Amino acid sequence: MATFNPDLILFNYRAAALPPDWPINYWFHWVVFVIIIIAFALLMVMAFIYLERRGIGRLQIRLGPNRVGPFGILQPVADAIKILIKEDIIPARADKVVHWLAPVVAFTPALMIFAVIPFQDGALLADLNIGILYIVAVSSVGVVGVFMAAWACNNKFSLIGAMRTVAQIVSYEIPMGLAIIGVVLVAGSLSMNQIVTSQNIPFILLQPLGFLIFFLSACAEINRTPFDLMEADSEVVDGYHIEYSGMKFAMFYLAEYVEALAISAIITTLFLGGWKGPLLPPWMWFLIKVVLVFAVMFWVRGTIPRVRVDQLMAFAWKCLLPLALINLFITGIEIIVLPEALPWPIIFLNLAIMAVLVLLWSKLFRLGGGRVEV
Amino acid sequence: MAIKTEPFVVNFGPQHPSTHGVFRMRMTLDGEVVVDMEPVFGYLHRGIEKLAEGRTYTQDIPFTDRMDYLASMTNNFAYVLAAEKLAGVAVPERAEYLRVIMAELQRIASHIIAVGTFLNDCGAFVTPFMYMMREREKILDLFDMVCGQRLTYNYMRIGGVSHDIPEEFMPALDKFIREMPGFIDEYDQLLADNEILLARAKGVGILPKKLAINISASGPVLRASGVNWDIRKVNPYSVYDRFEFDVPLGSAGDSYDRYRVRVQEMRQSVRIIRQAMEQLPEGEVWNRMPLRLRPPAGEAYAHIEAPRGELGFYLVSDHSATPYRFHVRAPTLINLTALRDMIIGWKVADAIIIFGSIDICLGEVDR
Repeated sequence: MATFNPDLILFNYRAAALPPDWPINYWFHWVVFVIIIIAFALLMVMAFIYLERRGIGRLQIRLGPNRVGPFGILQPVADAIKILIKEDIIPARADKVVHWLAPVVAFTPALMIFAVIPFQDGALLADLNIGILYIVAVSSVGVVGVFMAAWACNNKFSLIGAMRTVAQIVSYEIPMGLAIIGVVLVAGSLSMNQIVTSQNIPFILLQPLGFLIFFLSACAEINRTPFDLMEADSEVVDGYHIEYSGMKFAMFYLAEYVEALAISAIITTLFLGGWKGPLLPPWMWFLIKVVLVFAVMFWVRGTIPRVRVDQLMAFAWKCLLPLALINLFITGIEIIVLPEALPWPIIFLNLAIMAVLVLLWSKLFRLGGGRVEV
Repeated sequence: MAIKTEPFVVNFGPQHPSTHGVFRMRMTLDGEVVVDMEPVFGYLHRGIEKLAEGRTYTQDIPFTDRMDYLASMTNNFAYVLAAEKLAGVAVPERAEYLRVIMAELQRIASHIIAVGTFLNDCGAFVTPFMYMMREREKILDLFDMVCGQRLTYNYMRIGGVSHDIPEEFMPALDKFIREMPGFIDEYDQLLADNEILLARAKGVGILPKKLAINISASGPVLRASGVNWDIRKVNPYSVYDRFEFDVPLGSAGDSYDRYRVRVQEMRQSVRIIRQAMEQLPEGEVWNRMPLRLRPPAGEAYAHIEAPRGELGFYLVSDHSATPYRFHVRAPTLINLTALRDMIIGWKVADAIIIFGSIDICLGEVDR
């Protein structure tokens, strides 16, 4: 990628930028990284959209976009041009100010997550010592934008979609946070960069159950199938952005994919060893892992049906939350009892525990909810 | 503190991706729960029954294509049976077998759409639908060979069928019949035992046996409730009494059973086609009738087991060239009357898949 000038990245900003007597360097760092992040996010979103459409096309025994440019790679560009020149429609009874504000509120937090994602050792906008906490905090703001959009549209379908979303995101944040705490315990730091540097073995092996919980709740957070209830097109016809068109719609669409990108990047950082890897340059490892995580997401999307709203809630509260608590408990015990143990026995122990727990829950747990007497 | 809530009304349709056409459900929701539902239809009403009274018996055949446009062959079939009964026309044996082959191919094609859209409504982002459309294309190609049409066939005639099959038809059909059981297995592998699908469809939208009989439901909707009622068995028409096949039955009468019954029926249709291919006699295919057929005054009702249920045509003749009365017993319209009882108390998402599991075709509901 053109934006990744290796000379810039290899320069250690953590050491160089922080001294307060070098203000030029400090602002240089900011400008460079803001440009890198925006360019990275937008380019990767285009790549993701193309990959997803082609990949799902293959899953569905069809070709996918292949007309614009070689292999259709310019399709996202064509879509972007189309969407830019479309008319912007505001419904007559809409709340105009909120209608304008909602796409921005939805999109910005998704982009803000990248401030603490390390693309390489030390190559991040702000190496916050509470990086992961910052992510948990910022990523919850996006839902406000979604609810604003739904409310401003004055449309019943979008309101149903948004009611589902709020309940869903609030519920799934809890298992997600608990899964993160497991990682933080093992890494001994909240800083994203230090979480990566402490991963001699990817945490997916040390925290397999945590990874599973995090992946599932992250899918729910960003409304990917099977948890895409808020835009379920067979039920609420695209939910909250039903009344949006043109660039404002594009902002929601972008926000959705930037969130998917951010979640892929967070999973890469927390569980897959971030930029670590042999032979290839670190940023390339980071990209490969991000794309792989995303590929799993669209694979799931092309495969399984959607759950119902009560089943979704039951899954968060009855299945993921207890599992996350158990995971946290076991991790804590392991850290206290076996702080210096060799990694391999612990890996096998954790994998066994995960297998037992998942089997147990799949036997005990039934997606509930039935007919309501009215 | 009790939060005060009040139900609100949402219109699902007539422009909604899951209403399979232009159906409208006026749902009263309490949160996500459907507390009341009023079906509104008639958006596709073209007055076919009245129009048909102004055309000759032969000219009425294309109208039947345009009722259930996903199963035109069986619509033709039911109409020509009624007209033949009215006029007392004999049909060559080869034509009877061709009709059966076409009707069963049509049943497979129609169930493919029904099952595919049902899974689509469950939220399985069109993947199963695309797999199923692949085989539907092959059936449409077969129909294209015999009558040059892919959707509105206008193939059957009073006294036979319009064309004999071309040379390339039998090898193509043979290939299709050999491959089809494997494809049906593939559909099953895609989602049949998927945990989410089971949770979504099992026990959802139960149509009790008694209610199903009382509303005179028919077809897979009735059989999923456990009632063994298949016109091909209980009142065999054409040459159906010469074939061996089973009638798949459900037990619970829920959405999942309706889906399973349809998949099983596809297998039975393959069986019937295979037998019909082996027994297919040589000879004429059309016992030609005058174009302005004037049946003796009287009335006739003929019914068949269409993919969506019991499709009946009631014709009254006053010895003129046009029917005096042309009435259709549309299975989807009658099955639809169970919708309200099935939906109430379920969530919005369930309402969509219950509706999808009835498998209606608005062209036939509204006529």
